[in-house]
Amino acid sequence: MLDDKDRIFTNLYGLHDPFLKGARSRGDWDNTAAILARGRDAIIQEMKDSGLRGRGGAGFPTGLKWSFMPKQADRPCYLVVNADESEPGTCKDRDIIRHDPHKLIEGCLVAGFAMGACAAYIYIRGEFFNEAVALQRAIDEAYDAGLIGKNACGTGYNYDVFLHRGAGAYICGEETALLESLEGKKGMPRMKPPFPAGVGLYGCPSTVNNVESIAVAPTILRRGATWFNSLGRQNNTGQKVYCISGHVNKPCNVEEELGIPLRELIDRYAGGVRGGWDNLLAVIPGGASVPLIPKSICDDVLMDFDSLRAARSGLGTAAVIVMDKSTDVIKAIARLSKFYMHESCGQCTPCREGTGWMWRVMTRMVEGRATPDEIDTLDQVTRQVEGHTICALGDAAAWPVQGLIRHFRPVMEERIAAYKRGSNRPVPLAAE
Amino acid sequence: MSAPNGSAFEQPESFAFDAESEAEIAHVITRYPPGKQASAVLPAMYVAQRQMKRQTGSAWIPVKAMDAVAARLGMPAIRVYEVATFYFMFNTSPIGKFHLQVCTTTPCWLRGSDEITEACRKETGIKGWGETSDDGLFTMTEVECLGACVNAPILQVDDNFYEDMDAAKVTELLAALRRGERPFPGSMTGRQTSAPEGGPNTLTTLHFAPEG
Repeated sequence: MLDDKDRIFTNLYGLHDPFLKGARSRGDWDNTAAILARGRDAIIQEMKDSGLRGRGGAGFPTGLKWSFMPKQADRPCYLVVNADESEPGTCKDRDIIRHDPHKLIEGCLVAGFAMGACAAYIYIRGEFFNEAVALQRAIDEAYDAGLIGKNACGTGYNYDVFLHRGAGAYICGEETALLESLEGKKGMPRMKPPFPAGVGLYGCPSTVNNVESIAVAPTILRRGATWFNSLGRQNNTGQKVYCISGHVNKPCNVEEELGIPLRELIDRYAGGVRGGWDNLLAVIPGGASVPLIPKSICDDVLMDFDSLRAARSGLGTAAVIVMDKSTDVIKAIARLSKFYMHESCGQCTPCREGTGWMWRVMTRMVEGRATPDEIDTLDQVTRQVEGHTICALGDAAAWPVQGLIRHFRPVMEERIAAYKRGSNRPVPLAAE
Repeated sequence: MSAPNGSAFEQPESFAFDAESEAEIAHVITRYPPGKQASAVLPAMYVAQRQMKRQTGSAWIPVKAMDAVAARLGMPAIRVYEVATFYFMFNTSPIGKFHLQVCTTTPCWLRGSDEITEACRKETGIKGWGETSDDGLFTMTEVECLGACVNAPILQVDDNFYEDMDAAKVTELLAALRRGERPFPGSMTGRQTSAPEGGPNTLTTLHFAPEG
């Protein structure tokens, strides 16, 4: 269990002043110049040593990502912060932005310095209007106090931080779609390579990082990689803000170590599953894009990248969506299929057509208006979408359905049988 | 582009940015490098939508406003039309005075978003998504995950999130809006933001130097 003294987001719930005075009293902006004085290479090395893996879902090592930026560039370089938090179940960056905005802004300076960037663009989802207002106020304060802007923190380094609001498109959370959107276009993902570190925003070297990855950086650099390493498990170090939603007694956000048992996380912080642990049906452990896991796995699985991958799911954004036994699990996943259909950008055929197809068939599965062999057809279609698109939205649309079939096939078959018993109507063809 | 509810509406014959809008656009363009002013298209669209709200009471973006954005930013008009239809938060047809946006994605659905939808329908008389009430006060839209899932279910009214909702609170909220009030957004049960009901069970042992 994480001690309060090891928690990074000490104003997670907004009980204290989020702005500069309050932030300084919590240790933010404490001699930031000394961190920059260590130099780019030392900062990146410390981040690598900490083992921090990106908190936006993919879990790519943050320090390594920073090191991909060119050491000498003849063009401007940019840090782009992904604050487009839209993964269903996820609401951690929102709390960082509205309650600890200076951790993010200081992180922008430190990370941007380490990668030789001239500016950071923070791309915040459009729906976070009040959060954007709070963050802009914090940015203005930081400029006025000389912490960013010309001669940031008195180091002679010039660094700008700009806020950019999105306008309601989940796909813009994909890093290259985000760059397209930031350039004033439709948010359609780009082919990779070239990767953003070579050709990113405005064709210049860029690195896109999640809010949480950037916001933890100053604390890691102050307290050291060894401290961060001592939290969590090997290859899954540090702490994480978990979002626990759905059928729990007290839904909440909480910061805990990586590798905490899922059951302990739910019981200790979220007041337990509604109706008790034995009333648990399934959990989506990392936001809508990862496959659900049934209670039998939830009993002892650990909340980290590698443990959840071994359970054929994923940590994703650590958004834990809990479903108790009253849940129509087919309907819960069908609603996610509708989500992906709505959010597909339409660029790649397998995703554009496949997400709609999956939703239509899932809608029939909810009623049971299907034949048992259509479950196999559905599974096959998810595999034709997965891996056949430019970005990972196709995979994200396929995985929840695959997880449902893997763990709840008998429920789907029973639904189909029940429909057959109660109706003489013919079952329509797959995509009808 | 047609109205989502199929009803006819008229595109205004002209649109020009007023002084307030022009000042906002001039300010926001400075965030982007010279020659990259197309980056300001989303902010400029918001400016246009807000100006329509000020001038007509309905926050939407007519085609003439898209043309004005294109002219101001030196972009082909088609690029602006693309943006207007790609991003969900831009209304390409008129909406009511209050925009009720009900999140129905799985985390909200598990916590009772069906009840919220039903209550909104009952209070406003609106039958389907995208429709506006007969009195012109409310437009009801189904939205995807709003990113406040531990405070589900969420009803977003214009720019504000009303969290931890239920049917009775929808009734209260809509009555307040009709009276011309704007209740303070956030959790409607009075809990501290995303902390568990009854108060935080972490961060209780920390003490900071006096603030203020």
